[in-house]
Amino acid sequence: MKKTNKMPCRKAFTETLLELARKDRDIVALTSDARGSVTLEQFAKELPEQFVEVGIAEQNLVGIGAGLAACGKKPFVCGPACFLSARSLEQVKVDVAYSDLNVKIIAVSGGVSYGALGSTHHAVHDLAVMRAIPNLTVVLPCDVHQTRKLTEALVDYKGPVYVRMGRGAVADVYSEAHVPFAIGRANVLLDGKDLAIIAAGETVRHALDAGLALKKQGVSARVIDMHTIKPLDQETVLQAACDTGNLITVEEHSVYGGLGSAVAELVAQNYPVRMRILGIPDEPAVTGESSQVFKYYQLTGDEIVQAALAMLDV
Amino acid sequence: MADLGLLTKKALQTRIAILKMIYQAKGGHIGGAFSCTDILVTLYYAVMRIDPHNPRWEGRDRFVLSKGHSVEGLYAILADLGFFPKEELDSYRGFHSRLIGHPTNRVPGIEVNTGALGHGLSVGVGMALAGKMDGKDYKVYVLMGDGELAEGSVWEAAMAGSHYKLDNLIGIVDRNRLQIGGSTEDVMALEDLRAKWQAFGWEVLECGGHDFQNLVETFGKIPAVSGKPHVVIANTVKGKGVSFMEHQAGWHHRVPNEEEYAQALQELEHMMGAV
Repeated sequence: MKKTNKMPCRKAFTETLLELARKDRDIVALTSDARGSVTLEQFAKELPEQFVEVGIAEQNLVGIGAGLAACGKKPFVCGPACFLSARSLEQVKVDVAYSDLNVKIIAVSGGVSYGALGSTHHAVHDLAVMRAIPNLTVVLPCDVHQTRKLTEALVDYKGPVYVRMGRGAVADVYSEAHVPFAIGRANVLLDGKDLAIIAAGETVRHALDAGLALKKQGVSARVIDMHTIKPLDQETVLQAACDTGNLITVEEHSVYGGLGSAVAELVAQNYPVRMRILGIPDEPAVTGESSQVFKYYQLTGDEIVQAALAMLDV
Repeated sequence: MADLGLLTKKALQTRIAILKMIYQAKGGHIGGAFSCTDILVTLYYAVMRIDPHNPRWEGRDRFVLSKGHSVEGLYAILADLGFFPKEELDSYRGFHSRLIGHPTNRVPGIEVNTGALGHGLSVGVGMALAGKMDGKDYKVYVLMGDGELAEGSVWEAAMAGSHYKLDNLIGIVDRNRLQIGGSTEDVMALEDLRAKWQAFGWEVLECGGHDFQNLVETFGKIPAVSGKPHVVIANTVKGKGVSFMEHQAGWHHRVPNEEEYAQALQELEHMMGAV
């Protein structure tokens, strides 16, 4: 069941985008000297007329994307999440979201993917800032299968979207044959009534591992893949709150302003239940391999199990 | 050759509309609006290919007001051309009005939302690239303030414009030499501005920004194909058209009082009468 793919999500994205771009001349991929990080080399080689390199200039990258979209193109602006969500934030806010232009911002190596490189290269604030920008959809795919579906969906989805994916290969959550996916609609991966674990992006696999482990211990955990952080699937969250009374959110992001905050904002005002937000505390994240950082901040399966048991007083 | 008399008349009409809008709304950026009025009038009445009845026409030339705070003149011109009803100008800056203090594309004829300085040229590069990709012959005009050129993103876009040989991209600098804090050369020196653009690979043209013949000829000189983007440095006067506002940084966003309004209106109407 738990298969570690050798392929990272960013590669699944670029492969799918290339396939789609061969048939749709309006698809344009742009990057800021990050074609290697994003894995756009093949795209650039095969479709040079649909590829735009801007050099190390993220503000310009997003602005150019907006201009292309204003003229009917379908730009996919690609670069590391740490820069796209900070250096070019005003362009995202003004040129893309406020102007309501059809730009897809593909932020790779998000969270603590660049674990050893330090806070300059971590993006653990991005969901908070992107979520607060009106007219911006925020999505985090959790594995290659979902990334492929998401990429297809993005081409037909009109309007600005911020997509965050990680750098390394991740274990499958879905299989090639089974990938239910619609932007804005969460997937319940495991049903349960004692508590619900809500995750997004790379933490989904860890949440699912925790849910399966809890089941063996007689705890019935619902596991939810909240791939779209905004707009939040309110119905699924409130249903989980109502059915279980205990929510744990798990995210590769600051505990301020991300998935946990989104869920808390909703349940606190509509159906208050016990809640625990697992994420990165308000400190420059510890450095190391991203798996070590995950472990340190208790974002992996075993640690989520402990948090769940503590919450249920088991 | 364009009808220079008409342009002169349209410019005065636009300045009067700007003055009225700002006085009525008790807010706006009158100095910069007046300095770029003649540039806007030249573009909209003599240079650009547009269709007010079909604002989204695919073949239209694109215009981006990167110095978004000078929006009043743009509103006045778009209304005069019939992009939206003239009466709507009275709603400028009003509650829930779409005619807000900076351009938005909710207003027919406006392509993108601007107001944060240093963004327009990148957007223009994207538009020009799209034109090249699609084999379209429209041109993209981006009007920037001179103070705005201190934004680093402008120069990122300048590099990209020449790298991609965007000869369908025309930058315009409203060179009034004043920004909110004083002289551009005291705040953050821009000179040698021509050399800067040239060094970034742009074809530089310079003209008097209030001389219609010079403006029309300068835009007319821009070749259809040259492999280089173009920038027109238009030498202008901040507050142009009203004697006591000219060359005064203080009129960047000051609102005239009743007496000043009356005098400014009188000066502009007097000139209108003389046309």
